[in-house]
Amino acid sequence: MSQLAQQLVNGLLIGCVYSLIAMGLTLIWGVMNIVNFAHGDFLMLSMFVSFWLYTLWGIDPVFSIPVNAVLLFALGVLVYRYAVSRVMRGPVLAQLVVTFGVSIFLANAAVMLWTPDFRLIEKPMLAGTWLLGDVPVSIPKLVASLGSVVIALGLIGFLRRTRTGKAILATEMNRDSALLMGINTDRVNAISFGIGSSLVGIAGSFLAMYYYIYPQVGGLFGTISFAIVALGGFGSVQGAFVAGILVGLVQTMGGYFFDPAYKYAIVFFLYLLTVWVRPQGLLGW
Amino acid sequence: MLSSRASRIAVAAAVLAALVAFPLVFTHPFPIHVLIIVFLYALMGVAWNVMGGYAGMLSFGQAAFFGIGGYTSSFLFVTYRLNPWAGMVVGGVLAALTAAAIGYPCSHLRGHYFAIASIAFAEIVRIHFNNWKLIGAAEGLTIPTQPASLAVFQFGSSKAPYYYIVLAFLLLALALCWWMSRARMGYYFRAIKESHDLAMVLGVSFVRYRLLAIMLSAFITAVAGTFYAQYVLYLDPESVLILPISVQVVLVTMLGGAGSVMGPVIGAAILIPLSEITRVKLGHRGTGIDLMIYGALITLISIYQPRGVWGLLSGLARRRAPTPAGPALATQELRR
Repeated sequence: MSQLAQQLVNGLLIGCVYSLIAMGLTLIWGVMNIVNFAHGDFLMLSMFVSFWLYTLWGIDPVFSIPVNAVLLFALGVLVYRYAVSRVMRGPVLAQLVVTFGVSIFLANAAVMLWTPDFRLIEKPMLAGTWLLGDVPVSIPKLVASLGSVVIALGLIGFLRRTRTGKAILATEMNRDSALLMGINTDRVNAISFGIGSSLVGIAGSFLAMYYYIYPQVGGLFGTISFAIVALGGFGSVQGAFVAGILVGLVQTMGGYFFDPAYKYAIVFFLYLLTVWVRPQGLLGW
Repeated sequence: MLSSRASRIAVAAAVLAALVAFPLVFTHPFPIHVLIIVFLYALMGVAWNVMGGYAGMLSFGQAAFFGIGGYTSSFLFVTYRLNPWAGMVVGGVLAALTAAAIGYPCSHLRGHYFAIASIAFAEIVRIHFNNWKLIGAAEGLTIPTQPASLAVFQFGSSKAPYYYIVLAFLLLALALCWWMSRARMGYYFRAIKESHDLAMVLGVSFVRYRLLAIMLSAFITAVAGTFYAQYVLYLDPESVLILPISVQVVLVTMLGGAGSVMGPVIGAAILIPLSEITRVKLGHRGTGIDLMIYGALITLISIYQPRGVWGLLSGLARRRAPTPAGPALATQELRR
């Protein structure tokens, strides 16, 4: 029983981080109808930033959060300006493939610069476990999840309350009308790409506290976040939040009741089932 | 572009003759190997085109069919000594049936949605094959070597027979594709891609033709998988069922020109030698430089040549002779 409870807690904890990653992806998708296949590699880069800040200057991953938020925002804007914005009027196929190129480039640049080795931040500031009844909860994971939830709520607040946020939502609803209302949609695209990347950068700081850091780490998280985005409804930030937690739970429960080797296969199967029954996703329209 | 039909046929015949003579002139194994891989990816590109270029289903999961084909024939040979040629047909049918089972519920998905669903499907297959003890799980499957003979689809260290076999497969697939783009079915496919709703109103059974396209595409890709298995005599999930293979197939087609019969061949002829040569020249230290270049190339192609080389050529041709050329129209259709 306590093992089941443990799995439930683990599912919730990783699910919150998934949510944060997927919210960044869905924001980009919703606003400009572009799938960023390099999203996972952005996560990998930010994890490496945290790793090097820690290794070279002893800066704890917690303090790498603002650094990654800013760096990844810049990276997102650059990728939008120099790659994505140039294919937005092109064929759908080019829109799909362009970020694949960025993804392969970044993952292999990391291999070249830092070798394919697995690394771990050995002594993060936040460590140890906390007992919830008889269930041990890892403190770095707990902080990562709570932090993800706070950032996620912050994003929803930002979208609803600020002028920029409202402009993003308006562009997402109808690009042409937004343009007619005087919204600079190209600027909104760049900002959304930046914010989406910034979110995954923050998630990278959180994950760096306890997860292995290696050039291919983005592949797994990237693919899972596609499934989450689709599950939640493409472009729906709230949907991605709910679906991320759901996927975290499904993954650990599937591993517990079925076979741990198949936990990701179960997630993908759940995704396929969802799009068959409800192509617009759980909270999409 | 060539103006008259006769000169076009003459060029085709000359290219074909040069390709047939190639292994007789260049006996060094490396160029023959590169061309084998070119033909293999051209073959898979042609198969992708049936689904993606004509019928508008942008699959990023072709590696699954490639793996199913290779694994089926290899498993049947290793376990039951079934002839690989027969195994190839079984693999093709199995892949087509799998494609139908997965494609039926997915056939209403469009654009990005279909692409992501195909990735999810291929990932499930990869994870399953990595854990499936019967077919060797993560350790893979080794095909025992046999005395070289066409009957067992093995030729020891000589590459020329493999070269001719894959070339023959490619020509067959191209002939099929060319016939299809002219036959009623090809028009149906393109009608569906152009507008689902309109095609349905006109009485084109949307699901039936999409399913047909998926199954045909899966069959050809599975045949390519068997060829690959017989060529390298070893399979494991992390070398045949991975996303980079699916992406390579898409890329070859896109670079050449999706929706044109010769597009994948042109794309493969440009991209594969480039990636094979950079791999050999730069990749031996495992530094990732070769793949970095490859990634940058993909991005540049999508930005500067999204309609492919064929689109460029027929664009030039149209400027000279303003007739609505078929392939140019077909590539235009890739815009939603």
